[in-house]
Amino acid sequence: MFDQAPKLSATEEARRQIEICNACRYCEGYCAVFPSAFSQRAFSDGDITQLASLCHNCRGCYYACQYTEPHEFALNLPQALAEVRVESWERFAWPGAFARIFQQSGAALSAALVIGIAALFWALTALAPESGEGFYAYLSHSAMVAIFLPAFLLPLAAIGIGLRRYWTEVGGARIRWPHLKEALIDGAKLKNLSGGAAEGCNFEKGDRYSQGRRHAHQAVFWGFMLCFASTSSGTVLHYVFDMQAPYGLFSLPKLLGVPGGILLVLGAGLLIRLKLKADAKLGAPRVWGGEMAFVALLGLTGLSGLVLYAATGTALVAPLLALHLGTVLTFFLTTPYSKMVHGFYRMASLVRDAQRKEA
Amino acid sequence: MSQLDQTHWDLVIVGGGNAALCAAIEAAEAGMRPLILEAAPKPYRGGNSRHTRNFRCMHHGPLSVLTGTYDEEEYFDDLLRVTKGETDEHLARLAIRTSEDCLPWMEAHGVAFQPSLSGTLSLSRTNAFFLGGGKALVNAYYNTAEDLGVTVAYEAEVTQIHVQDDRFEGVTARIGGEDMRIEGKGLILASGGFQADLDWLARAWGPSAKNFLIRGTPYNRGVPLKQMLDKGADSVGDPTQCHAVAIDGRAAKFDGGIVTRLDCVPFSVVVNRDGDRFYDEGEDVWPKRYAIWGRLVAAQPDQVAYAIIDAKSLELFMPSVYPPEKADTLEGLAQKLGLPGNKLRETVDAFNAACQPGAFHPTELDGLATDGLEPPKTNWARPITEPPFYGYSLRPGVTFTYLGLKVDDTARVSGPHGRFANIWAAGEIMAGSILGQGYLAGFGMTIGTVFGRIAGQEAARHV
Ligand SMILES: Cc1cc2nc3c(=O)[nH]c(=O)nc-3n(C[C@H](O)[C@H](O)[C@H](O)COP(=O)(O)OP(=O)(O)OC[C@H]3O[C@@H](n4cnc5c(N)ncnc54)[C@H](O)[C@@H]3O)c2cc1C
Ligand code: SF4
Ligand code: SF4
Repeated sequence: MFDQAPKLSATEEARRQIEICNACRYCEGYCAVFPSAFSQRAFSDGDITQLASLCHNCRGCYYACQYTEPHEFALNLPQALAEVRVESWERFAWPGAFARIFQQSGAALSAALVIGIAALFWALTALAPESGEGFYAYLSHSAMVAIFLPAFLLPLAAIGIGLRRYWTEVGGARIRWPHLKEALIDGAKLKNLSGGAAEGCNFEKGDRYSQGRRHAHQAVFWGFMLCFASTSSGTVLHYVFDMQAPYGLFSLPKLLGVPGGILLVLGAGLLIRLKLKADAKLGAPRVWGGEMAFVALLGLTGLSGLVLYAATGTALVAPLLALHLGTVLTFFLTTPYSKMVHGFYRMASLVRDAQRKEA
Repeated sequence: MSQLDQTHWDLVIVGGGNAALCAAIEAAEAGMRPLILEAAPKPYRGGNSRHTRNFRCMHHGPLSVLTGTYDEEEYFDDLLRVTKGETDEHLARLAIRTSEDCLPWMEAHGVAFQPSLSGTLSLSRTNAFFLGGGKALVNAYYNTAEDLGVTVAYEAEVTQIHVQDDRFEGVTARIGGEDMRIEGKGLILASGGFQADLDWLARAWGPSAKNFLIRGTPYNRGVPLKQMLDKGADSVGDPTQCHAVAIDGRAAKFDGGIVTRLDCVPFSVVVNRDGDRFYDEGEDVWPKRYAIWGRLVAAQPDQVAYAIIDAKSLELFMPSVYPPEKADTLEGLAQKLGLPGNKLRETVDAFNAACQPGAFHPTELDGLATDGLEPPKTNWARPITEPPFYGYSLRPGVTFTYLGLKVDDTARVSGPHGRFANIWAAGEIMAGSILGQGYLAGFGMTIGTVFGRIAGQEAARHV
């Protein structure tokens, strides 16, 4: 009865493992986690949060470790750090309860999606304009702004609160341009996802290296950025140049949005496939479902946008518009509480790491 | 016959570590279908190789992660120094010279390298570090071997080797609890030393060996080595000796690996069970003295010793995996470590009184020596006065044994009638052919890679 070791919290467990790593150091070349850890001898809770945020779950250090189970040290650093990350996002999120729901539960995210789409159907019927062109024939521009401006700004504010909490916990200093620059370059190249000297991640093929995850992630990331740029360019055209949607194929919004949507769909599909093959025990198993649902939501955002564009001029535009805008709405509103938030914390951790290297 | 669908093979390879895998890959690339018999279950495959971090490599100018130049003469001199001349020059130079080719070969077969680890900068010119360490290397080789059509049987311990005159005919292996006879046209032995057989170790070294810890795999029990010696194979290396270092006394009996290493000795006072000092803790920088402390501790009562430091020194060496015992007084620390408190106090007081003023430099021989103390401490002798005090227990940790099979420069094993017709050996099991005593960091993997490759090529040529 008494010989059972008390169960460690996620942070304690990660600390236990990192201390073993610090006496070993064999994985130093894989990623930023190790050099950052090896510059210290003792690890506060904030240090562990920071290390966890630097980890992108490539799993190299799991397959390379001579101390994984059945060894008594039972190393599984990718899992330990994933657990800490997930917990920290729940802790930093505002309000925290949403994060606990949406990170963990794919069903909750799907339910949110259904509600989002339903809301848009309602909006389309209830707020149907008298006149208007293109999409604005279904939902007036001002109604769209009334819905999407808060749906965009509120989550941003929530993320801002989360990031502040993160920064306090990891003991971040005042941010200067060189820190940001280093972090942005690392982030854009997904430098750490390259696996250091290794050729990629140990993800879907066990202990074999593969670039699959990096490529899929790049597709999703740049696809998302292009879609975002497409929407932004639309806004600029609308307000600055007084050019109204719909835009033709050779307009900026379409030139950015179509390839963006395609990349997003392909990348998300590939990520789902890889995730199905990879060993769930090397991530945080508790949020596996929520993560899957999130990737699917991203893919659906791209897909519904493309289909909507393809359906231009047909009777399907109204339902497809509701579907697409509902997906986008759900995506925005859940951003602070879904896996999407990882990008923000990851950037913050890179900025913090740049500060550490400078010190 | 769970995992194997045939009993006749081109080539039977005993062992699943670095040497075995290098041999299998070479043989398979030369068109053979080798069988690897690995005693360990899959999660523990790879023997001691899974615990390694680097190999020592000759090179002219920067090569991959290696800096500067490390030529044959310097390499050979380093080897002569640690073996005190007990080196087979021909084989040693062969290993050294071939090591330069090995690095690109290793990369081409899946091994990734990384710059030398923090805390080991002194090795950046001589030793190439494996990214992720030896287990990542072993994984890469298993994948390469699999792609080349090599068959691997896990939990397959070879218990007997069948030899007729000078010809190998087959082995008996226990696979999944069942004995099975497997025939082969050739045999490569790459099953490491015998250090995990504590009874054998005790017969060779003396009963105190039962208290030794084994740093690596529990599967290297020397069964194939014993079989070959019984068949009259020539042996090399001192049968009574093993390479032992002082490691954390709290480590598990087997497989503690690198993290049980303790680097605190140069900054400590080291006492035995009775609270007495027994050797100059500051004789030389730790990497050069690392290896003698295993024997020193082995010679103490109960094969245990205790390194005592104070707060000043805690951060001067690599962090250890087990936190030290800690107390505000020496008596309190003695109690936690199970040492006689008065005696420890007396020993430390005498040491402190013998310390001299002077500048302390933790990273170089600073000449800060005791005066009038026996045994002296000749460097880094700073009084132990600043609480809290910390203590680590030390025990001998065995890395490998020296006794091995004698091979020639084609890795062929020799026996009562000259060379065996179709038996080769590679790695730890024949390392005694090159190193009679002592050890040079990173040379074990060099020997395994060079002779494993030779054995694979030769076997492909001759069977
Ligand atoms: C903690 C530690 C760290 C080390 N670090 C380094 C380093 O950084 N660099 C370096 O050069 N050297 C290092 N060494 C030494 C190095 O491990 C050895 O020199 C090298 O691994 C020997 O390779 P090998 O293939 O001959 O033997 P091993 O890798 O030990 O392989 C022996 C294999 O034989 C199998 N086997 C044994 N008996 C049987 C049987 N009866 N039937 C079937 N299979 C059997 C075992 O399961 C194992 O797979 C280290 C050793 C230890 C313990
Ligand atoms: S994960 Fe394992 S091999 Fe890698 S540094 Fe940590 S303990 Fe060492
Ligand atoms: S899983 Fe990959 S990114 Fe995370 S700590 Fe291990 S090696 Fe680094």
